[in-house]
Amino acid sequence: MHILQIVGFALVAAVLTVVVRRLRPELGLLLSLAAGVVILLLVLPSLLSVFQRLRYLSAAAQVNLRYLDTVLKIVGVAYLTEFGAQICRDAGEGALAAKVELAGKVLILLLSVPILNAILDLLIKLLP
Amino acid sequence: MPNIDLIYKIAAVGVLVAILHTVLSKAGKEEYGQIVTIAGVAIVFLMVVELLNRLFQTVKTLFNL
Repeated sequence: MHILQIVGFALVAAVLTVVVRRLRPELGLLLSLAAGVVILLLVLPSLLSVFQRLRYLSAAAQVNLRYLDTVLKIVGVAYLTEFGAQICRDAGEGALAAKVELAGKVLILLLSVPILNAILDLLIKLLP
Repeated sequence: MPNIDLIYKIAAVGVLVAILHTVLSKAGKEEYGQIVTIAGVAIVFLMVVELLNRLFQTVKTLFNL
């Protein structure tokens, strides 16, 4: 089972991080960062089949694939933003984390402008 | 899983750097202890950046970023 692997790995990494952080705080931060990256790398490939299925479904429902791609992009930006912000917060840099989150929000807003545009176009077409 | 031993490597470097730092500062070589610490952080940082690069490539291909 994949989840057993991940939980076991996380427990080992947590113990090691606690030990190292007491000795050298800066290396403890790098250790927890590396552990987070490894866990994400273990999990992300399983998302691929879900996304393929979503693509297939949206093609079957004749939804424009551009919209699905935009949604997926937004999810990706959100994941990465959350990851970076949490690492910054772990390091005790709350202000930096807040800026990273702000940047993520701005980029998501930028990505969602075309969809908003499409909705407004549709509304104008529907209204006489 | 090839990147799990990276965690052990980082932990080993951390313990090693801490011991070297203690020994060097006990021997009255405080400045060498600082240099050892910085070198350890730099080495570990290089490894972590490589790993981060892999994560970013994966996310990029997965989400079409």
